[in-house]
Amino acid sequence: MAADIEQALLQQLADSADGSIPDSGDFATAVSQDHLKVVGVIKSLEAAEMITVEDISHSRFVLTSEAQAYLSAGSPEVKLFNAVPADGITLAQLKSQLPGDVSDVGFKQAMQQRWVALDKAAGEPRVVRKVDSVTDGAQAQLAAVAAGNELPKAEADALKKRKLIKLDTWKTYRVAKGAKFATQRKRQATELTSEMIASGSWRSKEFKPFNFNSMGLPPSGGHLHPLMKVRSQYRKIFVAMGFQEMPTNNYVESSFWNFDSLFQPQQHPARDAHDTFFLTSPAASDTFPEDYLARVKAVHEHGGHGSAGYGYCWKRSEAQKNLLRTHTTAVSSRMLYKLAQEGFKPAKYFSIDRVFRNEAVDRTHLAEFHQVEGLVCDRGLTLGHLIATLQEFFSRLGMKELRFKPAFNPYTEPSMEIFGYSSELGKWMEVGNSGMFRPEMLQPMGLPPDVNVIAWGLSLERPTMILYGIDNIRDLFGHKVSLSMVKSNPICRMGL
Amino acid sequence: MPIVGVNRDRLFEALGRKYTDEEFDQLCFEYGIELDDVTSEREMIRKELSKDDASALSEASEDVIYKIDIPANRYDMLCLEGIARALNIFKGRLEAPQYRLADMKGKPLLQLVVKPETALIRPYVVAAVLRGVTFDATRYTSFIDLQDKLHQNLCRQRSLVAIGTHDLAKCRGPFSYEALPPADISFVPLKQTQKFRADELMEHYLANDQKLKKFVPLIKDSLVYPAIYDADRTLLSLPPIINGAATAISLETRDVFIECTATDLTKAKVVLNTVCAMFAEYCAQPYVVEPVEVIDSFGESHVYPDLAPRQIDVPLDYINSRLGLQLEPSTVAKLLRSMQLQVELSSAAAAAAADGSSSSPGSDLVSVPPTRSDILHACDVMEDVAIAYGYNNLSKQIPTTVTQGRELPLNQLTELLRQEVALAGYTEILTWALCSRAENFDAMRCPESAPGSGAVAIGNPQTAEFEVCRTTLLPSALKTIAANKREPLPLRLFELSDVVLLDAERDVGARNERRLVVVHCGKASEFEVIVPDDLAHYQVLNVPREGSSDSSGRMLTGAWGVLSFNQATRS
Repeated sequence: MAADIEQALLQQLADSADGSIPDSGDFATAVSQDHLKVVGVIKSLEAAEMITVEDISHSRFVLTSEAQAYLSAGSPEVKLFNAVPADGITLAQLKSQLPGDVSDVGFKQAMQQRWVALDKAAGEPRVVRKVDSVTDGAQAQLAAVAAGNELPKAEADALKKRKLIKLDTWKTYRVAKGAKFATQRKRQATELTSEMIASGSWRSKEFKPFNFNSMGLPPSGGHLHPLMKVRSQYRKIFVAMGFQEMPTNNYVESSFWNFDSLFQPQQHPARDAHDTFFLTSPAASDTFPEDYLARVKAVHEHGGHGSAGYGYCWKRSEAQKNLLRTHTTAVSSRMLYKLAQEGFKPAKYFSIDRVFRNEAVDRTHLAEFHQVEGLVCDRGLTLGHLIATLQEFFSRLGMKELRFKPAFNPYTEPSMEIFGYSSELGKWMEVGNSGMFRPEMLQPMGLPPDVNVIAWGLSLERPTMILYGIDNIRDLFGHKVSLSMVKSNPICRMGL
Repeated sequence: MPIVGVNRDRLFEALGRKYTDEEFDQLCFEYGIELDDVTSEREMIRKELSKDDASALSEASEDVIYKIDIPANRYDMLCLEGIARALNIFKGRLEAPQYRLADMKGKPLLQLVVKPETALIRPYVVAAVLRGVTFDATRYTSFIDLQDKLHQNLCRQRSLVAIGTHDLAKCRGPFSYEALPPADISFVPLKQTQKFRADELMEHYLANDQKLKKFVPLIKDSLVYPAIYDADRTLLSLPPIINGAATAISLETRDVFIECTATDLTKAKVVLNTVCAMFAEYCAQPYVVEPVEVIDSFGESHVYPDLAPRQIDVPLDYINSRLGLQLEPSTVAKLLRSMQLQVELSSAAAAAAADGSSSSPGSDLVSVPPTRSDILHACDVMEDVAIAYGYNNLSKQIPTTVTQGRELPLNQLTELLRQEVALAGYTEILTWALCSRAENFDAMRCPESAPGSGAVAIGNPQTAEFEVCRTTLLPSALKTIAANKREPLPLRLFELSDVVLLDAERDVGARNERRLVVVHCGKASEFEVIVPDDLAHYQVLNVPREGSSDSSGRMLTGAWGVLSFNQATRS
C-alpha cells in the first residue's frame, strides 16, 4: 500500500541521524516493497515539497535472449567443434548436422579462436580440428554475468560485440527532508464543497492550487458545421444590406434558364457534357414562357436591342435539356423575369446555395459547392455603384482593400474579377466575380431599357477554408470530413 | 480560358521595352489578361519527364516563356502577334492597323467551288490568301500554335470550324470543295510518306494517333467525307482531320492559301479573319489580304474574307451613364483608340469639339475592326472605355436603391431549427446531394423500382458517386459514421439539407424538399434516446406529432437508432 510505504519512508527520514535515506533501492528491499511503488511515493512527496530527491544511476550487464540459450546449452562454437570428427568434414555436411544459426555463428567463432581450419588441399574444402579439445569460455563468462559478477573489460567488450550481453541502467534515489517535511502528510483539498462551508472546515484546509495549464473537460453539447456557420454570417450581411433571399431550392434546372436566358450561346464550352451534369430523368423540360422563349431565340440568332447577336441557329431541343444547375444565376434569371412580368420595381436579391459541376474532385474542386450571389436591379446603375457595393460587402467580411481586373463572362459586360488583400495571407487574391448583366439578357425579359443589374458571385467554400485554415476542400464538405474538425472549429469571426 | 505560351524576349522585342515579371503582371491586370506562369521549354519538359531522360532536356531551350491567360472571347490574342499588337495599341505605341483586301482590279480572283454534297457533312467553306509572307522559326511556330488554339476554343475541337493552310506554290486554283465516299479519297496525308484511303486513314488514326483520334468521330461514320482538291486533283485537305502532304507549308512558303470548313458560317468567318489579321503583318504588303471567291452550291458568289469594319451606334450618354463618368467625346475617342476601336464623332459632337464647347449628348459611330468579333453591343464598347479608363480609377458610389432585406421563410426556419438541434447535443454534418444508386436505394433496402421511389438521374457521371440526386439524407449520415469509426461513442449527428424528388407538376419535372436527419450511434440501439428528441423537435416546431413507427422495421435495426424527420419543414 502506498500509504504504508509513505508512512515508513517519512518515519525513517525522521529517525535517521542525518535526515536522509541514502538509497531508495535499499529502502525498498528493507521494507520488502517493489522499488517502482516506492518511486511513486517519492515523486508524490517531492511534488508536495516534503522531501528532496537526488538521482543515483546504476548499471550492470545482463544477458540477451540469445545468451540465455547459450547459458544452458553451451556456446555454438563448442557445439560446432564437437561436431567436427578427427578426420575432418565438408562444410556442407557440417551445416546439415547443425541448425543454421549454430553452424554460421559457431564456424565463425571457432575459426577466430583457431580451433578449426579450412583445408583446401584436396578438392572440396574440409573443416578440420586444429586443437584436440576445447573449454567453453563463453558459457563460463555468461554464467559469471548472470551471477552478477564483474568481467574484465576485454571479455565484456567481446560479449557485447557478439550481442550476448547488454548494459541495463536504472535509477534509485537519495532522499532527504524537504522544506515542508512532516511525518504525516497534510492532504490538500482539491475542491471547495458546500459541506466545507457549512461545517467551517474550509478554514483549516490546505487547498491544492489550480492547474491552469491542464486540459479541461470537453463541452458535451452539439456543434454547427463551419461552412454553415460562415453561411449564416453571409446571410446576415446580405439581409442587413437590404437584400431579399431568392428561392434557390431547385437543383434541377433546364438549359433554358441555366444558359439560354443568360445569353450563353448553345455552343459555349460550359454547355459541354464534361462541364455540366445533364439528366436522363427528368431528361427535358417542356413548359416555358413561350413569348419570352421566342425573344431569347431571336436575340441569340440575330440580336436586336442594339446587339449583333451570335449568328447561329438556336435550337429549342438544346434549351429543353435538363441539368443540375451550374450556378445560382439560373435562379436570378427566373427572379428578374418574374420582376419584369410583375411590373418593375427596384430589387436587391441574394442567395447562397449549392451548384453542380461535372469536374474531377481534387484539393480545390468538388462536383458540388456553394455559390454566394448578390444582385441589385434598378434604373441608372453604374459600374461605380457596383464597385462601391462590393467595397461595402467585402469590408463587412473583413476585406477592406479591393481591386478590380477586367474579365470575360458571357452574361455580364463589363465584367470584373474581384481581388482582395488578405491581411492573414499577406497577399492579393481573387475573391469573386462581378459585372453588369448584358442588355441581351435583360431586354428580352421585358425590363425597361434604363434598368440595369449589377451582380457578383463567389464560392462559400474558399473564404471558409481561408478562415479556418483548411487547405483541402474534401476536409470541409462531404461524409469523409472528420467530426473532430467540426467539433473543434471556433465561432465565425468574419470581419469582427 | 485559353492559356497562350509566348517567348518572353520576343514579346518584349515586339513591345519595344523590357518589363520585370511584376511590371508585366501589372500591365496584364489592367488589360484583363493574366500572367499565369513564368517558365521555359526546359522547365516544362523537366516537369513532364522522368529525371533520367536528360537528352531531351539538354536540347530544350532555356528561353523564358510567359504563359498568359486570355479571356475566352479574345480570339485575336491567341498568339504572340495578337498579344503584342493589343498591348502596343493599349500603351499608345501603335495605331490600330487598317486591315484591307488587296486591290484585285484586272486580276482574276482565286476560286473555290462548293459541291452540293458537302451539305451532308460540313456545308460551309471560306478562304483567303496571304501573299509574300516571311516566316522564320518563331513566326512559323506561332502560326501553327494559333491554329491549334483556335481549334481548341472557338472551333470547339474542330466540330464547328477546321482550318487548313497550304503552300500556294504547290497547288493551283480553281479549288473545289467536295464530299465523296471515303473509299474514293486516296492521298498522302501530312506527316506520312505513303498513300492512304480515307476510311483506312481513320482507322489508322484511331489506332495510332493520340492527337488526331479525337477528331475522327466527327466524320468517321458519314457516308461522304469532305475534301478540298485543286485544279489538278491534288488533295489539299480532308477536313476536319488532316491536310495533304503535297501542299504542306514550310519556312520557305511565301504565298499561303487558308481555307476554313465549317458547320457554323459565322464562326468560320471569325476564324478566317483572325488568322488573316494576325499573320498579314508578315505579308509583302502588311495587313493586306488577297480575297478568294467562293461559289456556293447554288452557284452564288461570295468573296472572303470580309475585313470591313463594322459600325455600331454608341451614344456617348450611354457610356457615361453606365460608368458613372462625364467624359468628353474626344476623351472617349482617345480611350477607345487604345482598345483598337475608331470613333466617328457625330456632326454635332464634332462641331462641339471643334469650337471647344461642351458637347451635347449624341450618337457616335464606333467602327469595330475584324479582329474584335467579341464586340456585339454598345455595352462591349462601354466596357472597353472602362478598361482604358481603368476600373480602379472609377468613382465609387453606393446605389440609392431602397429595398427591404428579407430571408426566405424556409431558410429562416432552417436556421432556427439547426440551432435547436445543435443545442440538443447533435453535431452538424454536411454531405453531398449526389450519390450512387446503390447507396440511395439498395443499401437502404429500398428498391428503386418500388412505386414512387425514383430519383433524378444523371446521364454523364464521371464516377458512380454521382449517379443520382439523393432522395433521402440517411445514407450519407451513415457514411459519415462509417468514416468516423475512431470517434468515441455515442455519435450524435444531424443534417438539414435538401433532397430532390421527381415531380411531374414542376416545369423541370423535379423539386427539392428540405429534410432533417438525426442519427444517434451508440453501443446499444438506445431507442429511448431518440424518441424524446423526436418529441422535442416536434415541440420546437410546434407541429402535432404523428406516428413515427416504420412498419418495415427498416429504420430501427441493430445498434443504429435513426430518426428521419420529413414532415415538419415543408413550407
